Amino acid sequence: MNIQIVARILVKALMALPAPDFNLCMFLIPEKLQMEEPFLTLITLAHFLETARFRDFWDEAERNRQILEVVPGFEQAIQRFALHVLSLSYQRLPRLVLAEAINMEGLSLDKFLEHQVVNNGWSVEKAPGGGQIIGLPANEHNYPELKKNIADSIPLEHVSKLFPVLT
Amino acid sequence: MAYESSSYGGGYDDSYEERPELRYGRDAEQQEPDYDTNFVPDAVQSFVVYLYRYIREKNVYEILQMYELNFQKLSERMFKQSPWPAAEAIAPYVDNDHVFCLLYRELWFRHVYARLTPTITQRMDSWDNYCSLFQIILHGNVNMQLPNQWLWDMIDEFIYQFQSFCQYRAKLKTKTEQELALLREYADVWNVYGVLNYLQALIEKSNIIQILEDDKDGGTNFTAQNGYDFQGGGSNVLKVLGYFSIVGLLRVHCLLGDYYCGLKCLLPIDIHQPGVYSNVVGCQITTVYYYVFANLMLRRYVEAIKACNQILLIIHKTKQDHQASSQFQQILKKNEQLYALLAICLSLCPQGKLVDETVNSQLREKQGEKMLRMQRNDEAVFDELFSFACPKFITPSPPNYDELVNYNQDAYRLQLKLFLSEVRQQQLLSSIRSYLKLYSAIPISKLASFMDVDEPTLRLYEDGSSYL
Repeated sequence: MNIQIVARILVKALMALPAPDFNLCMFLIPEKLQMEEPFLTLITLAHFLETARFRDFWDEAERNRQILEVVPGFEQAIQRFALHVLSLSYQRLPRLVLAEAINMEGLSLDKFLEHQVVNNGWSVEKAPGGGQIIGLPANEHNYPELKKNIADSIPLEHVSKLFPVLT
Repeated sequence: MAYESSSYGGGYDDSYEERPELRYGRDAEQQEPDYDTNFVPDAVQSFVVYLYRYIREKNVYEILQMYELNFQKLSERMFKQSPWPAAEAIAPYVDNDHVFCLLYRELWFRHVYARLTPTITQRMDSWDNYCSLFQIILHGNVNMQLPNQWLWDMIDEFIYQFQSFCQYRAKLKTKTEQELALLREYADVWNVYGVLNYLQALIEKSNIIQILEDDKDGGTNFTAQNGYDFQGGGSNVLKVLGYFSIVGLLRVHCLLGDYYCGLKCLLPIDIHQPGVYSNVVGCQITTVYYYVFANLMLRRYVEAIKACNQILLIIHKTKQDHQASSQFQQILKKNEQLYALLAICLSLCPQGKLVDETVNSQLREKQGEKMLRMQRNDEAVFDELFSFACPKFITPSPPNYDELVNYNQDAYRLQLKLFLSEVRQQQLLSSIRSYLKLYSAIPISKLASFMDVDEPTLRLYEDGSSYL
């Protein structure tokens, strides 16, 4: 078994979050192997991501660059995932939390925020006591009113099948 | 090897039940169990003669009677603790027909697995028999109509013996030198690739996926005729084996822990509609059971609950019909396992509306107390139910024959461990979930004060929960 290839597949699986690819791969790797490197590191990283411990994740990732940088686009994929998680939970959040989650600070974060404000409907306000509060666009997860309640409604196609019988 | 329709002079009124030895009463045939596998008692002789004739006549109804009832009756009466006579011994009575002998041998081995413990040589010989049988079906021109029950049982047994072999192979502690030598030498026997290849070959050669596609537009009537082929003396064997192999692949992939792949293999069959699979009770239950299990492991709880509900209702309604069948015990066992799976799914993902009232009341009766404990995050109950309900996982690769340790539990332990870590993750979230249900928007500080944790920890829980 080629450990390098398996490790790369697992990195790609991490990038696929929130899809369950990583967990599915875990089912197929024997227990003994999972306790060796590089699998142990990858499992730890996956655990951090799943429990949203972004700070711990980026720290650990920094310590293990050599495993991760073989797959291009890793950082962007994880940032995308982090943003996804944040947009599900928050309507508004402090800048510090955002920075920690996507591992950006200073000028690059400012540029990023500008880009989002212009293109994706974010908002940036001044918080009382310094710092910034970022407002995230509304979606059905962070604004429950927007969630369409389809539980009790029956789609039209199903009802239309009854019409010939009713008349 | 083609069977032409009847040129045999017997006639249809000469049925198995009317044969002479029965007229003198059943006890006329009572014998001591005989371990001489070359001795063929009269009862067995008539059995094979009639079975051979019915197969040549393509009399599916009679074949099914012989297969379902008479084989079991004779096994019960005469071969409770011993094998049937060897195929070589009965061959003269059936014109030494090669295919019939392969079929007979398949039944022979099945009997050994069911009533006795197969030796390593018998396990390997059974593999050879399956290889020969499948080769003939794939490449020869087999022209027979066999009952779907038999064809399903063939695939079912094939995978069961594979599973059994993997378990056997991994128990190295008690192996003799001779057994180890055989295992090392014949690495091809019951090799995972071999098994998967045969199932895949049956699917491809029979073109069953295309047939099922055409069925939907009414191009073919495979489903309408329940797989049988009555036009022009056709044969249902290859097609139906191909069909059941689809379910076979789902099962094998689940045993290996590859749930996503298993579900992909099942795609050609729509389990929300009746089909050929639903006409063989063992097949239907097996298919839905593995479907439910795969969805559970993929965290698709809602889908698993729906399918569980569907099959439990069906079992409930049709249980009585199968009381006499040899499969009844199996059906009952799967019923209990499915209730356990349903209990797990509902504890991880409460969905009151999806479960039928009948099923719900049975569930509360069987698993009510356990469900309460699971809702209180009692991990031991999850462990217990999972271990009861899960299939017997296998490790596909051969073990290291030099280390005489038992490996057979490894696959199961891995799946259990991963499952329990999933469960643990979900535990953290149930309390947050209940608060979030009340509030459409809540500042983190307020939520933190409710839950009595500090803010950063709460952020973690929160982010984790919304992601899941």
